[in-house]
Formats: sequence, C-alpha cells, structure tokens
Amino acid sequence: MEISYRDLITVLHGMGFGTLFMLAFSGAIGVIYATSMGGGEATPSRWNTLMFRFYLISMAVLAWLTVLSGAYIIYPWYRAAPPAGTTDLSGYPRSLLLSNPMTAGWHDLGMEWKEHIAWFTPIAMTMVAYVFIKYGPQLALHRHLRAAVLVFTAVAFFATAVAGGFGAFLNKNAPVRGGAQIILFESR
Amino acid sequence: MHEFQPPPLLLRNGPGAAAILSAGIGSGALGVFAFAADAVPAINHLFAFWKPSGALSGVTTSAIVVWLAAWFVLSRRWASRDVSLLWVNLASGLMLLVGLLLTFPPFMDWLQAL
Repeated sequence: MEISYRDLITVLHGMGFGTLFMLAFSGAIGVIYATSMGGGEATPSRWNTLMFRFYLISMAVLAWLTVLSGAYIIYPWYRAAPPAGTTDLSGYPRSLLLSNPMTAGWHDLGMEWKEHIAWFTPIAMTMVAYVFIKYGPQLALHRHLRAAVLVFTAVAFFATAVAGGFGAFLNKNAPVRGGAQIILFESR
Repeated sequence: MHEFQPPPLLLRNGPGAAAILSAGIGSGALGVFAFAADAVPAINHLFAFWKPSGALSGVTTSAIVVWLAAWFVLSRRWASRDVSLLWVNLASGLMLLVGLLLTFPPFMDWLQAL
C-alpha cells in the first residue's frame, strides 16, 4: 500500500486540516451561542473557559494551516505549466482540466472560486476567537458584537464548505499526484 | 450577613468593534485585489509575489497586510471607547459582501463584461 508524496500532502490539507476544522464548527457555534445567551451572569468555570479558548484558537490555527498549505504547497503543483509538446497532462491538473471543455468549468469556477473564498475563513475565525476571548460571557450584553461574531462564523462555515467541496471534486477530476512514493504498508 | 458583590464591569465595545471592522476591511480588500488581479494583467503580474503561486500570493498577502494594519490602527484608536456597533456591523457586513461577490467568478466575469 503506497501513496505519492503529493497525494499525502493533499490529504493532509483537505482531510487533515480542512475536515478537522469543519468538524469543529458545530461545536463552536453551539458554545458561542450558549455562552452569549447566558445573560452575562453565569460565570463558566475556569477550566471550561480555558478549554473553549483553546478550541477557538485551534480552529483559527487549523484555518491558517489549511489556506497556507493550499496556496503555497499544493496550488503550485496544481498550476504548474507543462513543457511544450507534453501530451500526457496527468501531472498538470490545471492544464488537464482546461484541455477539455467538459471539465474546464472545474477550473474556471471551482478552483478560481476556491482559491480566494477559502481566505475569508482564517480572517473571520481569528476575529471570532479574539472577540470571544476578550468578552466571553459578556457577549450576551453586547448584542451587536454577538451578531457580528455569529455572522462571521456562518460566513467562515460557508467559505470552508465551498472550498472543501470544490477541493474534493477537483481532486476527483484532476488529482494532484507525483513526487516520491511512500510505502504505508507492505503485504508479505 | 451577605457580602457585597459589585456588578461585573462591562467591557468597552471598542476593541471588539476594531476586530470586526478590520475583518470586514480585510475581506473587502481580498475581493478588490482578487478582482483587480483577474481584470488587469499588469496588476496580476504585480501581485505575483511568489512565482509558483502566481497572483494568489500577492492578493492574499496584501489583503492580510491591509487587515492587520486596519486592526492595529483601529484597536489603538478605540481601545478605551464605546463606538456605534450598528454602523460598524453595517460597514463590516457591506465589505464582507463586496469581498464575497468580487471573489465569485461569475460575478467577476459579469462585472468585467460591463
């Protein structure tokens, strides 16, 4: 059982950082909502406060790791231009998609949208983590702050869903492959 | 005998407003830079800070710089103030919407065709 180096990094980007981040969303929205609806009177335990701060900071870090690994490791492999005369485009995903009008849309809409919209997420989640850490249960007393935090969190969720969804489809149509082969398991 | 419990000190909304407005500014900047790089080849070339990633490297780095600079300036100005969060939220929401629209390829194409 083996996997190419580029496949492994792509899996880490999408299934590691990206999916972990998506899984954390429902918990974050639930706790932000519950905490900020408490009327600002109930004081959560120090442990709970610390854990949720750690949770939100981890989400922001995961969001940054996802976009940075995507833009600076995987995207250059995706957009690499094939040398003149190349007929096998399997190692050049962007060119492979654009070579066929039936798949060109995956690049023109999918990748063009994904490569930018993903960046709204780390900006939004960094802000959300900061505001929550700064105000905590007092968010219940700042109605407009609470509304902004929830809207930016929802937009971050939407942006991640678009980027992650298109990422999965792009990898189906034109996978980023190559590099050294890594043997994960060898049968006797 | 009950001990006197002072009411919790309500934090100023300025620092939170600065974070929200700067996130809106950064999101708007991301959209404007992405659209400019898509529409004008010279700007696209200018934004290629790191050749392997092309204009994406410059578009996103510039947006992050704008976002952090706005946050730094606003947080210093609003550190100990209360501001009108209604206007902050409206401005942030508008810039977020602009950013989202300007990074949506069909909208970019439609705008360039005008």
